[in-house]
Amino acid sequence: MAAPTPTTAPDSGASSDATYRSARVPLLLPTWLVIGFFLILPVALMAVYSFLTKEMRGGVIWEFSLAAYDQFFINRGLFGDEPASLEWTYISVFGRSIAQAATATTLCLLIGFPTAWFIATRAPATRGVWLFLITVPYWVNLLIRTVSLRFLIRENGPLNDALLGSGLIAEPLALINTNFAVQLGLFYSYLPFMVLPIYAAVERYNFTLSEAAADLYASRWVTLRDIVLPIVKPGIIAGCLLVFIPSLGAFLAPNLLGGAKNFMIGSLIEEQFKRSLGNWPFGAAVSMILMSLVLVLLLLYARSMARAEAR
Amino acid sequence: MQTAIDIRTVTKTYGTFTALHGVSLSIMDNEFFTLLGPSGCGKTTLLRMIAGFEDVTKGDILLFGQNIAALDPNLRPVNTVFQQYALFPHMSVIDNVAFGLKMKGFDLPTRRKRAGEMLDMVHLSSFADRLPAQLSGGQQQRVALARALAPQPKVLLLDEPLSALDLKLRQAMRMELKQLQQDTGITFIFVTHDQEEALTMSNRIAVMSAGHVQQIGTPRDIYESPVNRFVADFIGETNLLEVEVASITGDLAQVILPGGHSITCSTATHDPGRHHLSIRPERLTLGPVGTGLEATVDQVIYLGTDLQVLVRLDGGTPLQIRIQNAARIEVPEPGTRIGLQLEEGAARLLAD
Repeated sequence: MAAPTPTTAPDSGASSDATYRSARVPLLLPTWLVIGFFLILPVALMAVYSFLTKEMRGGVIWEFSLAAYDQFFINRGLFGDEPASLEWTYISVFGRSIAQAATATTLCLLIGFPTAWFIATRAPATRGVWLFLITVPYWVNLLIRTVSLRFLIRENGPLNDALLGSGLIAEPLALINTNFAVQLGLFYSYLPFMVLPIYAAVERYNFTLSEAAADLYASRWVTLRDIVLPIVKPGIIAGCLLVFIPSLGAFLAPNLLGGAKNFMIGSLIEEQFKRSLGNWPFGAAVSMILMSLVLVLLLLYARSMARAEAR
Repeated sequence: MQTAIDIRTVTKTYGTFTALHGVSLSIMDNEFFTLLGPSGCGKTTLLRMIAGFEDVTKGDILLFGQNIAALDPNLRPVNTVFQQYALFPHMSVIDNVAFGLKMKGFDLPTRRKRAGEMLDMVHLSSFADRLPAQLSGGQQQRVALARALAPQPKVLLLDEPLSALDLKLRQAMRMELKQLQQDTGITFIFVTHDQEEALTMSNRIAVMSAGHVQQIGTPRDIYESPVNRFVADFIGETNLLEVEVASITGDLAQVILPGGHSITCSTATHDPGRHHLSIRPERLTLGPVGTGLEATVDQVIYLGTDLQVLVRLDGGTPLQIRIQNAARIEVPEPGTRIGLQLEEGAARLLAD
């Protein structure tokens, strides 16, 4: 390296720039490999599969076809000879899934916000303990947890036994295979994804602002609405996205707790890749449609954040 | 004159720790009143109790005769300027200033008009639509002031509002705050640990230490007639000497200095025995040997506007002297023998 005199300084700067440029490719390679192999490749594969022809016993025939999308959107009657109209079957599965995911997200928000608030307002030393307790159930496999939830709420399970025993109900509640059971499952699966980002936002919140609001005659409720919520909003939005998106594509909770009537997108997709009934291109097409929907939501979120930032 | 705030034997405890021990004081309407003391003395706790952010363990707080000790902060007609300003980061400057008015139910035109006037008053009209983060510390400070004054509180509480500013700005803001207090006629209760701030702005000062009020008085009272060792030591610089009291008659005491000299001074105690004597460094003058107390110069420290002369009395007691760095001054050399004279009011005998 040249001596750091004023005349050689620009040169050494340029050479370090060149070093940086030549080192960039090997340094970025691992990142590109991971993104390429685990993100771009599988998604591309699904995209391609969705435009192929189905093989009857699962798999695909390498022949371009729009049949999968046609099946999703267009109804031609049972024998395919009626005039084309909009197919509602799958759209209604999407609608139901969105409603289920939205309900689960709302539930998570209603329970998660106070929980996060509680943890963030404990003494710093005890916050870690609470966060740890929140994450403990997640050391057990999601399938096991969902199945155990099934046992908890079934007709002669502990929940019904307790309610019957206390005399609150006369007959066991039919909870299993209902919308409620699915929402409970989704809520239980994704609650920490709501708690953690909100916790992070509340923990950073400067509580003197609440004092300032009270000092300026704001009631507790107005302080929450006008000061706290707008400031911790990024955490709330992040939590909602982290719960809503996986809930939308979930299949464990709907399959194990919801039964056939409460079919969601996740189950629909899973079905297409299972055993002999499968229709791989159709499953891939449903995945692509789901992903597009989620991307649109994320773009809307990013735009609203950028707008908030610019203000 | 009317009493704005009457604090009656207010005690505050946190578990086993007592932050305030039965503090009583009255603050007059239209007064610039300062709570002064080192950190942990209870001054901020007292201010927060007036604002309503801390419960009163025991005692009463009266605001123009009405007991407010049990009221929630949003129901008290007092406003606060917070130490770190606590401006709402997601609201524009004008919305911050108008927030209190909005909460009090004023309509939008009134809010905008009054908030605009407030911003005018603190010279920030052109910043109305900015976010707090886009302002400098001094500007944020003014917004905080405008926000707290906008609802026209009966009493304004200021919690070390200048401590986050740099020296020049701090000095300018002192004058502005004082002016603002006189213009608005609102009672200001100002908390600080900076004695210079307290002396320059206040009508009266309460010096606090360890949860007790040590002394309440005008800046001149506090500086020139401190009641005890803590106040004399905390306000300004002083020489504290342990002395033997020869006699006390009325407000005058005859004391014997460590070197054996006897002097007469004002006194804050009437108990005989050994006490501390405060001698203000700027009230000592240097003269030739043979005038006053005999001493030897140890060191001369150049301070710009002043010179600090460290001397030793015959008998070994060290003293510091402040003399103005005037053109005619003769700087004594270390080792020189000199005579020391105590000006009128230089020395005061203190209670412990």
